[in-house]
Amino acid sequence: MAFGRFAYAPALEARALVALRPSYGLFIGGEWVSPQDGGYFKTVSPSSEEVLAEVAEAGPADVDRAVRAARRAYEDAWGPMPGKERAKYLYRVARAIQERSRELAVLESLDNGKPIKESRDVDVPLAAAHFFYYAGWADKLAHAGYGPDPQPLGVAAQVVPWNFPLLMAAWKLAPALATGNTCVLKPAETTPLSALVLAEIFQQADLPPGVVNIVTGAGGTGATLVAHPGVDKVAFTGSTEVGKQVQQAVAGTHKRLTLELGGKAANIVFDDAPLSQAVEGIVNGIFFNQGHVCCAGSRLLAQEDIADGLVEALKRRLSTLRMGDPLDKNTDIGAINSPEQLAKIQRLAALGESEGAERWSPACKLPERGYWFPPTVFTNVSPAQRIAREEIFGPVLSVLTFRTPEEAVEKANNTTYGLSAGVWTEKGSRTLYMASRIKAGVVWANTYNRFDPSSPFGGFRESGFGREGGRQGLAAYLQDGF
Amino acid sequence: MDELAEAPTGRLRVRKTYKLYVNGAFVRSESGRSYKVCAADGQFLAHAAWASRKDVRDAVVAARKAQPNWANATAYLRGQVLYRAAEMLEGRTGQLAESVALAEGLSRPQAFATVGAAVDRLTWYAGWPDKLAQVAGSTNPVAGPYFNFSVPEPTGVVGILAPTGSSLLGLVSVLAPVIVTGNSAVVVASEDRPLPAIEFAEVLATSDLPAGVVNILTGRATELAPVLAAHRDIDGLDLAGAPDGLGGSLERAAAGNVKRVMRQRLPEPEWPADPGTGRMLFFTETKTVWHPIGL
Repeated sequence: MAFGRFAYAPALEARALVALRPSYGLFIGGEWVSPQDGGYFKTVSPSSEEVLAEVAEAGPADVDRAVRAARRAYEDAWGPMPGKERAKYLYRVARAIQERSRELAVLESLDNGKPIKESRDVDVPLAAAHFFYYAGWADKLAHAGYGPDPQPLGVAAQVVPWNFPLLMAAWKLAPALATGNTCVLKPAETTPLSALVLAEIFQQADLPPGVVNIVTGAGGTGATLVAHPGVDKVAFTGSTEVGKQVQQAVAGTHKRLTLELGGKAANIVFDDAPLSQAVEGIVNGIFFNQGHVCCAGSRLLAQEDIADGLVEALKRRLSTLRMGDPLDKNTDIGAINSPEQLAKIQRLAALGESEGAERWSPACKLPERGYWFPPTVFTNVSPAQRIAREEIFGPVLSVLTFRTPEEAVEKANNTTYGLSAGVWTEKGSRTLYMASRIKAGVVWANTYNRFDPSSPFGGFRESGFGREGGRQGLAAYLQDGF
Repeated sequence: MDELAEAPTGRLRVRKTYKLYVNGAFVRSESGRSYKVCAADGQFLAHAAWASRKDVRDAVVAARKAQPNWANATAYLRGQVLYRAAEMLEGRTGQLAESVALAEGLSRPQAFATVGAAVDRLTWYAGWPDKLAQVAGSTNPVAGPYFNFSVPEPTGVVGILAPTGSSLLGLVSVLAPVIVTGNSAVVVASEDRPLPAIEFAEVLATSDLPAGVVNILTGRATELAPVLAAHRDIDGLDLAGAPDGLGGSLERAAAGNVKRVMRQRLPEPEWPADPGTGRMLFFTETKTVWHPIGL
């Protein structure tokens, strides 16, 4: 399945590092419990279609139980606890994630389909770092700029997506817990396992029962949780379409809301850019995590005079990427997370062709089992085509061109989204001009897809509101945070 | 008639036609409609323009067009303009006090105190544009060779349902924090007390505020609020003066394009209190920029 000139011997990470139970219950009140209506669903490895485990599907009674457990823990344990004690629990969690990092990385690659080098080098270390960062805020909130004695909101309902299962759980839980809230977390239907190992870590850390509750299930479980009247705060990461439903569901209630939704980011390359670096940045921007990234650089805006050469260099680079077993340390591109997502990518890519764009993928043989889509580049794309407007959430890049910086700004902003953007130029003044005029929550200059717990992340416009990360990330979980 | 309303000389007063304030101009409603406005004690005061859906859309077009240049103006300049508005309001204290007294049924000293508080509020906000980024922004010590900074930027076009009770101080208290950061605004004035808002528009019109940054409509809130809430080219919505019982449905409509919605607080807040930074920050977006550090 390697399609470069050199064949690499497989370098497989040890699958045996993960000891999966055949069946997982719900994590409520510090214990593993069976779902009250007895429903379970299977979670499948997208690279092999192997059933990894069965997982409980939480119904309304289970969600209610979890919210009540969180409320009790908020009132009796976590709310009254001094910040410096909360901090120590979070430091324990951060350390335990580091200690179990290899196991978590393998598990994440199995359940999600992402290459082990990404789960090992990005997802897991950043998850640990996020807990470590917010642990330090727990006893310093009076210095955070939200008043002398900022107060938590209560019970937070947190619904996370399947693209970075553990990392998104960490982004949600760490700031909520640091500020004194308790949580009910709903992992994504197709990637529940790393959150369930996180539950084990909470037990090992002696986190008081009910401070974090984890209810697995599909969209219905999430909708029940969001609508539960005992919830004070809703934090959702996922598609803009579902985000709007969440916003409608909390309308007219007392619940505070933050949304981290979709994107259609422009990655803008000027003719003075360091081209080989830019090529690496474009590849990282759209093919990192199979393009299952809300901030993916899915629209390449190339300045007209370098566009042809840039696309040629990009195609050469893509021909060296290795697609295949996520547990192989040589693998650059893993599996598409689910058959549903694969069908969506296939549908939109076919639309791109039928609307007249020119489709290209490197010659490569897709594995026979599992869900796969080759890295794909569309050229001759016009801004009106659907592949230039809709979030594909897959390894599909649309190439557009521009002549002037003003035109690049206009095209970059010609979207309902506003999550991220990339700017490639050696001219500092131009970088700052572009950064100030692009409507996006994160702008990467001469780099792409960098994340850090101290760096606020979140969108403009229909990419959502509220920030995760940094001092600003505390606001979503504090009274008078805004 | 109230002594404040009629000059003591016995001379017949020239009455004002109250219009909408859209794109820097005073215009009648395109619908040609008007509605009767009475003082708190029930006496007839004037006819106000009864804005239509089309007037809302025109105002949004003006606000959208004006917003980028206003946001890209220097923070210093935005502060200067707000301060100029405070100066202009100070100079029209008598006129506004008369108007507020009639609208809200206040005594003369109460009305003057209210206008004074509105002047002071504008002055307070005039000092914020060149400070907010220093308070709410940051440089972020990321684990890598990058210079990383975050700044608050304006949300864009904000729809405001002005408080229904406090017709001037309430209006200034919700409008100033929206525009100081570089947003533009489409305001629906208090339906029963619209005249102070239009007189305040006269203050803005003489304050070097670029046309379209603030647009003020008068009319039926139940008719105009749903148009604002559902409008796809509005980015944020302040429900301060939402009609009774409509808050939830307006918020649902606003979800259509993921508007930032500031919910209504009931009862209406005590506007003279220290406003804090909350209203400014609510209609800003944190932008974070990464740049490599290297040789």
